[in-house]
Amino acid sequence: MKHKTFFWFILPTVAAMLLFIALPIVSVVTQSVFTSHGAVLIETENCGPFGCKVETTIDQKATAKLREEQPLGRFSGLDIYFDRGHLAVNEVAQAWHESAGVGDFLGQLNNLPFYRAMAFTLTFTFTVTPLMLAFGLLIALSINSLHQKLKGLAIFFSLLPMIVSPLIGSLVLFWMIDSRGILGNAIQWVFSDPDLSLKASTSLTWMMLIVYGIWHAAPFSFVVFYAGLQTVPQETLESARIDGASKWQQVRYVIVPHLMPLVTFVALMQLMDNFRVFEPIVGFNSAAHATSLSWFVFNDLSGETRQLSSASATSVLTILGVAVLLTPVLIRTWRDFTAKRA
Amino acid sequence: MKFNKIALASAMLAASSMSWAGCQIDGRVSIIGNEFPAIQAVAANAQECTGGEIASNLTADHQKLNVAGMQGNPAEYTSAIVANSSIVALMNEDVVRPLGDLVAKHGQGIKKNQLITINGEIMAVAFMANAQHLVYRSDMLAEVGAEVPTTYEDMLATAKKLRANGIAENPVGGAYAAGWNLAQEFNNMFLGYGGEHFKAGSAEANVNTAAGVNTLNMMKALSEYMNPDFLTHDSNATNAEYRAGNVALMNMWGSRAATLVTVDGVADEVKNGFAIAGPMTVGGGSTPASTLWWDGWTIAKNISDADAEATFIAMANGIAPSQMDAEMAPLAVWLIDGYEPTDKAKGVFAAAGAGTIPYPMLPYMGLLHTAIGNELSDFMQGKESAEQALSDIEAAYTAAAKEKGYL
Repeated sequence: MKHKTFFWFILPTVAAMLLFIALPIVSVVTQSVFTSHGAVLIETENCGPFGCKVETTIDQKATAKLREEQPLGRFSGLDIYFDRGHLAVNEVAQAWHESAGVGDFLGQLNNLPFYRAMAFTLTFTFTVTPLMLAFGLLIALSINSLHQKLKGLAIFFSLLPMIVSPLIGSLVLFWMIDSRGILGNAIQWVFSDPDLSLKASTSLTWMMLIVYGIWHAAPFSFVVFYAGLQTVPQETLESARIDGASKWQQVRYVIVPHLMPLVTFVALMQLMDNFRVFEPIVGFNSAAHATSLSWFVFNDLSGETRQLSSASATSVLTILGVAVLLTPVLIRTWRDFTAKRA
Repeated sequence: MKFNKIALASAMLAASSMSWAGCQIDGRVSIIGNEFPAIQAVAANAQECTGGEIASNLTADHQKLNVAGMQGNPAEYTSAIVANSSIVALMNEDVVRPLGDLVAKHGQGIKKNQLITINGEIMAVAFMANAQHLVYRSDMLAEVGAEVPTTYEDMLATAKKLRANGIAENPVGGAYAAGWNLAQEFNNMFLGYGGEHFKAGSAEANVNTAAGVNTLNMMKALSEYMNPDFLTHDSNATNAEYRAGNVALMNMWGSRAATLVTVDGVADEVKNGFAIAGPMTVGGGSTPASTLWWDGWTIAKNISDADAEATFIAMANGIAPSQMDAEMAPLAVWLIDGYEPTDKAKGVFAAAGAGTIPYPMLPYMGLLHTAIGNELSDFMQGKESAEQALSDIEAAYTAAAKEKGYL
């Protein structure tokens, strides 16, 4: 392709990416290094239905003047990133010096919101991603071997978890696993423990969220793998069969290698998605047991006082986290790419 | 044009069939507020006015929308319905206007104690009061021969009896969902123990005190008698537990009490046993472990004076004394002239009469409330000590307050 043609061809994409990806990131980074002005506080007498009281309020005139002089707010550098709500460097250093051993240190680390959220997020990401890949492949293989007439119906039902919007899906499950719900009751009956409650225990809540994550994401890998299965070269399969390969060996040595590029693709997408786990935490009302970085952003922006700088800092940390997670997969893809070229 | 005429005609028809006709406005009105029956009634009354466009957006997510919707110029929302906690966010961002001149011109139906003045300026007009208080099942209490509890210690003793006699497995209800609800229950109990949220004259948190420890221990003790899922139960879920007949004693909002047993499917024994009492005290204190609230409306700063005037007239019509009829009266404890308290209102009146402290209207209270809601769940699950939880709250609050420039 000529350079000029290429330029015009790529221009709309580049423009859209600059506008919708690069600019918001610049804006978020800017907001995370600036914070609100020091509020000018005054004591005033406030009255209402319950009488009068001297209370503290913000002196709007003085604060407006400050805002006008510096519309972006105070420059705070990386202070927000290092404060207790985020990387908590001082608290971590203190815990390191004071802790009796590794266990104690990890315990203290788990008391800091960022590290506690990371513990859940990483557990979630690294259990859900491989399991959903495995389940997706399993569903794809079984549906592929079904009779032609049944396939359509089976595909539709396997896709349902993905069709249901995540918030609704998690709410439905949330009520089913309630200690008075159908699943919650069944579990109590199975373990003959009337006090057993999925929602009251941290480890059970984590398991529930992970099961939900797999349930919701498996159809995605299924659909991709199912499409891939249609392109498996029949000759290779046939020769494998003639060589006496078992069903399992056919899958292991012919089908899976053929699907490998798709596995990389699905794994990439899912690592990103799972790292930003959010809807199930809200849907399952599980903030007491499990939080994530995305939930922090939501929490910072939904309180009575919005904390824009804190939310921005968390967003930047999320971007960095996703970048770190994706690096190994990207490096591998790059190697494959250059190997093919050579 | 034709559509406009039809709309006008139907609007006039609607207005003429209502009790309060003759409210005429000339400007744009757009209301944002919380969603519960009393506020829905006020917004519907405001929409009776004719002559201009009146829109309303009532949603439980109003706090996420109102500041952003009033910061533009002109503001999307001309009026926000707020409470004494949420007006602070609007004041902090300077998006509401003083109402002195409009009250003088159009405020005939408004009583003086409805006016919320901050630093000598009228910033909001309150129309209802609210508080959390005891809601109980008289039949269940009678079965174990218990008096109506007036202290949380009594409540615990009664709960113990109810469980021991097999009347209810989890007799205590509470909106203890991690987050805002849990923090609000903390605030109630903390004030009941005589705690002060901030060090005098500063924005420094002051919850890691003896009152704080007592508060947490009492909350923990109460939670032993709650449904094990209590950390996921907000006021809706707690009400559902009460309606299902599982709960005998709970601290509930006055604004919810009126409609608690009027929904379909509530068993007769729950309906008949339904009873309301005032808020309880705790730890031998005399201040109830509850907070007083008002709900009222504000008017945006970034709109034209004509729109502001139109909004004021419509909102004043929403809470006009002539609106007070048999349908509206039971929905809330109204501050409106001519309101006769119904039986359902006695809990809130008892709260006001017993010297309950109003929820603090401080610029940094919202940050502390959020910090409490996020940091308490470990303690409630028995994973950390009360002192650790309280110092976590102070640390989380300090980080947030530094960011917002209060410390």
